[in-house]
Amino acid sequence: MAIFLTENSKVIVQGITGSEGTKHTARMLKSGTNVVGGVNPRKAGTKVEIEGQSLPVFATVAEAIAETGADVSVIFVPPKFAKDAVLEAIDAEIGLAVVITEGIPVHDSAYFWAHAVATGHKTRIIGPNCPGLISPGKSNAGIIPADITGPGKIGLVSKSGTLTYQMMYELRDIGFSSAVGIGGDPIIGTTHIDALAAFEADPETELIVMIGEIGGDAEERAAAYIKEHVTKPVVGYVAGFTAPEGKTMGHAGAIVSGSAGTAQAKKEALEAAGVKVGKTPSETAALARELFTARG
Amino acid sequence: MDLYEYQAKDLFAAHGVPVLPGDVASTPEEARAIAERLGQTVVIKAQVKTGGRGKAGGVKLSDTADGAQEKAEAILGLDIKGHITRKVLVTVASDIAEEYYFSFLLDRANRTFLAMASAEGGMEIEQLAVERPDALAKVPVDAIKGVDLATARDIATQAKIPAAVLEQAAEVIVKLWETFVSEDATLVEVNPLVRDPQDKVIALDGKVTLDENAAFRQPGHAALVDKDAEDPLEAAAKAKDLNYVKLDGQVGIIGNGAGLVMSTLDVVAYAGEKHKGVKPANFLDIGGGASAEVMANGLHIILGDPDVKSVFVNVFGGITACDAVANGIVAALQILGDEATKPLVVRLDGNNVDEGRRILAEANHPLVTVVDTMDNAADKAAELAAAGV
Repeated sequence: MAIFLTENSKVIVQGITGSEGTKHTARMLKSGTNVVGGVNPRKAGTKVEIEGQSLPVFATVAEAIAETGADVSVIFVPPKFAKDAVLEAIDAEIGLAVVITEGIPVHDSAYFWAHAVATGHKTRIIGPNCPGLISPGKSNAGIIPADITGPGKIGLVSKSGTLTYQMMYELRDIGFSSAVGIGGDPIIGTTHIDALAAFEADPETELIVMIGEIGGDAEERAAAYIKEHVTKPVVGYVAGFTAPEGKTMGHAGAIVSGSAGTAQAKKEALEAAGVKVGKTPSETAALARELFTARG
Repeated sequence: MDLYEYQAKDLFAAHGVPVLPGDVASTPEEARAIAERLGQTVVIKAQVKTGGRGKAGGVKLSDTADGAQEKAEAILGLDIKGHITRKVLVTVASDIAEEYYFSFLLDRANRTFLAMASAEGGMEIEQLAVERPDALAKVPVDAIKGVDLATARDIATQAKIPAAVLEQAAEVIVKLWETFVSEDATLVEVNPLVRDPQDKVIALDGKVTLDENAAFRQPGHAALVDKDAEDPLEAAAKAKDLNYVKLDGQVGIIGNGAGLVMSTLDVVAYAGEKHKGVKPANFLDIGGGASAEVMANGLHIILGDPDVKSVFVNVFGGITACDAVANGIVAALQILGDEATKPLVVRLDGNNVDEGRRILAEANHPLVTVVDTMDNAADKAAELAAAGV
């Protein structure tokens, strides 16, 4: 099973001919992902040679879907063009759009999210500003290194890229069903809650690790969700316990969320929902290992 | 990026939001000249990016130009919650009939924008939200549809803005929305938005936060950065495209990825509890590519901080290979030469880690200690920093 991404996923890359797109397409292919083509209107009709494969370049996402049956798009286009790229993916009704691009203006993210809502959520968006997701041994959509660990029974959801890698490394002997980097931008397409719901429903996942960081109240909302809906054991980690206060959050933002957004507040909310929270990545991994071993 | 009140009001004026005439001054003499030009009672307001200016003595009225100069002199240099006042805004003083509250902001939870408005403005909005939640209207705004006059009327009605000025308030709200969108703001707040005795609706204060991700299409925003208020090390880091925040500890930190660096700060702070209470000296994320040049730039910034007693380089090689990072460290130490005087603790894991560790072992630099886990490396870095305190 795994979540959002399986061995049957057919992946296209928007921005395949750019340097990032080409580099990471090669890595995806190398880790066994079924990449079936790419999109670049200026190079439509040509082919790109990557990792010994000859991949067709299409003018639009819709055309790529029609020709290849693609159901996942990984988006590497620069911030300036990212909004249009995501809108195009949504309009083509691709099942999953993974937006790797960092630095997209939040008004653009708000716009494409509103468009996804208005058109009936036919496309799941992951990101922006995220490392993507991997279902080890099956498929890899984004930039998460495939060689850290293999398939297993832990589901991981995280705001941060390198912390995702660190946690996969700490628990590499157990392995992962899927690891999802949801990104740390203020507006993201897939939240902790979305991933928690999917892991809860995934028979292959037996334990969930959730990594958050300071700012916003996504972790607090996830805690409330866990309390109500998640029966599988969840282990949490929140980065930024010692970060100085008030660097990024305006005070009006705090009113909306009703939360201070501090690591301590998030930890307390998670613990109140029965989640074991580690103080460091290694302690979090130890907690996960303990629960995993004890699950019987 | 948070703006000063005078910058926010400049943006308001440019988008047709009514504000009172005035100008910003850096010296008492300039304040006097502005008061003379305005020729009526003025208010002199400290320009600091924090609240509570009034209580701190940062807002004063004056009937005369002499008085304006005197009051500006008293306010300039004032420390308001750790913010030194470098500029004052001198504007026409307004008579106030009523005070309202208005803001547009990002609603993370609902992944959209939100208008917040109340006919009961003037007080701290946090206080209003707690004490009189019913008085604060929160209206979601569709990012595609935006705010037209009809939507604005609806927001003003929900906020219980009196009928006599409802239409005018709605027009101001539309213009504030135009400011919010066309300036790529993540917050536009007016507190108070006032009704004067002649029933004119005016933005008496302004708070604006701009989205730095939009810099590529907002060429005017670079000029709004207050270079004088920037930490010199942070400014130097910014010039090199490094994501650096100065903190007040002794262990310099370099890592890749914001989450991992934040986590590193935590681990170092915990380790410091056992070593004279040393703390992280900074946040520095070198991002994905840890080339020799980036590493040298990073080390240069950190070693320029006199408080730093040791440096912890914590890299998980994801896309970046550890051998490239190791080569970067070795080359950076060569580039820095005599400038590198503080001990360096390096922890590498992930992509090509064995080769990375081999390169560092071979270089055998007297300042470098390689430690195999994040926890142990943090402990070592804290220990070395404590020895240097």
